Amino acid sequence: MRKTIATVTLTGLALALAACGGQDTASTSTPGPGDSAPASAAGAKTLEGVTVEVAAKWTGQEQENFQQVLKAFEAKTGAKVTYASTGEDTGAYLGPRIQGGSPPDIAILPQPGLVQQYAKEKALKPLSAEVQKQIDDNYTPYWKELGSADGQAYGVLVKAAHKSLVWYRDQAFQDAGAQPPATWDDLIKTAQTVADSGTAPFALCGASGWTLTDLFENVYLSTAGPENYTKLSKHEIPWTDASVTTALEKITQIVGKKEFLLGGPSGALQTDFPTCATQVYGQDKAAMVIEADFVATSAEQSGAKLGEEAKYFPFPKAGDTEPVVLGGDIAVALKDSKGAMALLEFLASKEGGEIWAKLPGYLSPNRNVSPDNYPAELTKKLAQTIISAGDAVRYDMSDLAPSAFGGTEGKGEWKLLQDLVRNPSDIKSIQNKLEDEAKKAWK
Amino acid sequence: MTNRLDGPQDAREGGDAARGSSPGPGPVSSQGPTDEPPPPATEPETAGAATAEATTAGAAARGSAAPAPPSARRGRLGPSPTLALVFMLPAAIVLGALVIYPIVYSIFRSLFDATGDTFVGAENYATIFSDSSTLTTIRNNLIWVVFAPATVTVIGLIFAVLTERIRWATAFKLVVFMPMAVSLMASGVIFRLVYEQDPDRGVANAVITSVQGLFGPSHGYPDARPRENDAAPVALKEGAVVTRQAVKPGQAVQVPLVGVKPATLASASVAKAAQPVPGELTGTVWVDFTQGGGGTLNQVDGTEKALEGVTVEAVRDGSVSATTTTEADGTFRFAGLPQGDYLLRLPQSNFQEPFNGIPWLGPALITPAIIGAFIWVWAGFAMVLIAAGLSAIPRDALEAARIDGATEWQVFRRITVPLLSPVLLVVFVTMIINTLKVFDLVFVIAPGSVQPQANVIALEMWRVSFGGGGNQGLGSALAIFLLVLVLPFMIINIRRFRRDNQ
Repeated sequence: MRKTIATVTLTGLALALAACGGQDTASTSTPGPGDSAPASAAGAKTLEGVTVEVAAKWTGQEQENFQQVLKAFEAKTGAKVTYASTGEDTGAYLGPRIQGGSPPDIAILPQPGLVQQYAKEKALKPLSAEVQKQIDDNYTPYWKELGSADGQAYGVLVKAAHKSLVWYRDQAFQDAGAQPPATWDDLIKTAQTVADSGTAPFALCGASGWTLTDLFENVYLSTAGPENYTKLSKHEIPWTDASVTTALEKITQIVGKKEFLLGGPSGALQTDFPTCATQVYGQDKAAMVIEADFVATSAEQSGAKLGEEAKYFPFPKAGDTEPVVLGGDIAVALKDSKGAMALLEFLASKEGGEIWAKLPGYLSPNRNVSPDNYPAELTKKLAQTIISAGDAVRYDMSDLAPSAFGGTEGKGEWKLLQDLVRNPSDIKSIQNKLEDEAKKAWK
Repeated sequence: MTNRLDGPQDAREGGDAARGSSPGPGPVSSQGPTDEPPPPATEPETAGAATAEATTAGAAARGSAAPAPPSARRGRLGPSPTLALVFMLPAAIVLGALVIYPIVYSIFRSLFDATGDTFVGAENYATIFSDSSTLTTIRNNLIWVVFAPATVTVIGLIFAVLTERIRWATAFKLVVFMPMAVSLMASGVIFRLVYEQDPDRGVANAVITSVQGLFGPSHGYPDARPRENDAAPVALKEGAVVTRQAVKPGQAVQVPLVGVKPATLASASVAKAAQPVPGELTGTVWVDFTQGGGGTLNQVDGTEKALEGVTVEAVRDGSVSATTTTEADGTFRFAGLPQGDYLLRLPQSNFQEPFNGIPWLGPALITPAIIGAFIWVWAGFAMVLIAAGLSAIPRDALEAARIDGATEWQVFRRITVPLLSPVLLVVFVTMIINTLKVFDLVFVIAPGSVQPQANVIALEMWRVSFGGGGNQGLGSALAIFLLVLVLPFMIINIRRFRRDNQ
C-alpha cells in the first residue's frame, strides 16, 4: 500500500509545487540526433514495425507521464509501445501470463523480491550488453546487483521513492525556536526543546511496523555504513551484531522517552500511518513525523501547504554516513526481443531519465540525471541528496528481506521493533529474537 | 478453506430457522437441485435439517436418509440403486470438488514445507504447538470459545424474553438485529473507531472520560516537569518536584517548569519574579520557556507565563511545615516560617494525569474489546432465533405454572429455559463455530502493534500462507487444526438434526 501512497504522493507533491518550481519544459523535449546517450539505437529509426508491450502498476497521472516517456521512445526508434496496467498486485497479474506463455515484453516490478522469484522461475531474460553498459554508466554497482540474480543482471531501477526524510510542522518549530537539525544529537536536542515548549516532538506511526523498519534502516545505514547495511540485508551478519546494538540504542533515545512520543509508547503503538501524519499536520499535536516523501499527500489532505507549513529535512546523520534509503520500481524483460532491450536501454539512459524527470511525480535513481530537470523544488532537493550520497544509497532493507521477516504484520522485524517501542530497555533480547526470526526466514 | 464452507451453512441454518417463525418464500428456492426429488410433504424443519446435512455430512448420509422411509418397508418400490446413484452424482461431484478435495489436499499440503517440494511429515504440526505466537492464537481462541458464545446466547435470551413483553417488540428486535445487516468488515472498522484511545475520536473513551469528568474534574498541570539538566534548581522526585538545594526564609526561590502545552497557558498571566522579603520564604512557579525560543534558562523572562494555583509545600526534615498556593502571577510566599533549612516541594497532586480513558486497543484489553464487537454483531441473530423458539413454547405450560403460584423467575428458570434448550443449544453451537473461525473483526480492529496479542488461528492461518508469511505448508496445518477443532461441534449439530428428524 505504501508504494501506492508513494507514487500518488510524488505526483501530488510535484503538482503542488509546480507553481514555484519554474517552467515545465517536458512536452517540448524530443530527443534530437545530437544527444549524447544510447549508442546503438540512436539516430535512425531502427525499430520500425516492432511492437513492445510494457506492464506496470501505474494508473492515472503516473501512467500518463510514463506514456509520455514511451512516446519519446517511439518517436526516436519508430517502435510501437503499448501499455498494460497490472493493477495493485503485479505478481497476481504477471504470474498467469508468464505461465500461459504470453508475458508482456517488459514488466516493471515494485519489489526486488519479485526479480529473484521470476529469475528462479527462469521467466526473465538477461539484459543485453547495451543495457548493461547504460547501467554501468548511470548507476552505482549496488543498483546493478539489486536487479541481478545469481550474478546475472536482469533489471534496472527506473523510479525511486525517497525514504530518508523527517517531516516537521513549521509552526511547532517556530514556537520552540528550533532549527532543523543536521545530526542525530542535534535531533535529540531539538526534540527536547520542542518537548519543553509543550508540543510532543514525534508522532510515531508505531502501529504500522514498516515505518519503524524505515527508521531503523536510516539509523543503521548512517551508523554502520553501507557495507554493513548490505550484509545485514542479506543476513550475512547476524542481528546480534554490535552495529545493530548501536543503531537500536540510537532509536531508544527517541522511543525511550515518554515525552518525546505523542501519547507515549502505548499511544504511538496504536497510531498507524497516515494517522501519525495527520496528528502533525491536521491536529497540530506533534511536531515531527519520520517517514518518506509520500507524507506530503497526507499533509496536503490535512490542509498543510507544502513548503510553508509542511517542511522536511534530510534524515540526520547518526554516524559517518549521510543516510539515503530508497524504495522503487525495477524494470525487467520477460521476452528476449530487440524492442524490449532497446526500451530498457532507453529507460536506463540519461536521456530517458531526463525526459521522465521533467514530468511531475517522478524521482530518478539515475545519477546522471541532473536535479535541474525536476519541475518541483522539493523533488530537486531530494534528487540532490541521492546524487550526493553516491555509492552509499541503499534500498529499503525490509523490502529486500523475505516477507515473513520484513513484511508481515505482527511478525518478524515489524513486531520486534514494536516490542522495542513498548519496552526500550531490553535491546539484547530484541536482538536475539530478531536473529531467531531472521534465521527462520532465510532458511 | 473450512471457513468458507461452514459460512454459508450457518447462514442457511439461520435462514431456515427464521423461516420457521415467519414463512417467507418457499425453502425450495434456496436449496440445491438435489432437494427437488422428495415431494414437498416434508415439514419445514426436516427440510432445514436435510440442507444442513447435505452440506456437512456428505452425500452418503443424504442418500440413505431421503429414500429410506418408503423403500425400507416395501423392498423394491423406490428407484433402483443405479438411478439413485445417478441422482446423487451432481451433489457428490459438487461436494467432492468443493469440500472433500480441498480438505484432502490441505492435509496433503500440510505435510510439506513452504516450497511444497520437501516432505516434512508432522513438522508443521509440531511448529503449531512449539511456536509461541501460534500458542498465543490457540490461547486466544480458547478465550473466545469460553466467553463469546455463552455471552451471545445469554444476551440473546434476555433480549428475546424481554421483547416478548413489550409493545414495540418488532421495532426493538429490528434495531438489535440491525448489526447483522452490516458486514463484519464494516463492523470492525466501526469498532476500531469506537475503541480509539483519544477521547476526541473514540466513543467508548469519550463516554468514560465524560462520566469520570463529572465526578473528579481534572486540574493542575499534568505535562509540567522540570528541565532535565543539572543546572535546573528543581528536580523530579517520586512524582513531586523538589528543590535541589535547601532554602531558607528570606530567599526568593525560582521553580522553573517546562513542557506545558501552549493551549493550557492561553489565559495565564505573565510570571513575575518574586523578590526576597526578610523573614519570608518567597518564590515563583512558572513555565521557563519563551515561545519562539530565546530567554534565559532558570530566569523569569519578559513573556514567560505563570502557573497559577500550584500547591507548594515547605518541607523540613521530611515533614511538611507549611503549605501555600501560587498567585495568578506565579508567586508564592510563606510568612512566619521558623528559621532553618527547608526543601520546597510541589506535590504530585499538581501534576496528576487526567484520566484519559481505557486503552481498549492496548495489548491487555484487545481480545475482550473484540469480543465486545462480536457480541454486538451476533446478539441480534441469537435473539431472533431464540424469540422464534420462544413463540413455539406451549403457553399452557407457562400458564399452568403461574396458576400454581410460580414466580416469574421460577417460570423462566424452570419452564422457559428447559423448553428452549434445543434452540439455545443450536445458537450456542453455531456461535462456537463462529468464534472458532473469527477472522475479520480481529484483522480490522487490532492495530498492527497488538495483532500478535489479538491473533486467532484463522487469522494466523491466512497470515502465514498468504499475508506475507508465504508458508502454505504451515498454513494448511493450521487449517486442518482448525477443522479438527470445529468438527466436534459440527457432529453435535448433525446428530441433533438427525434426532429431530426421527
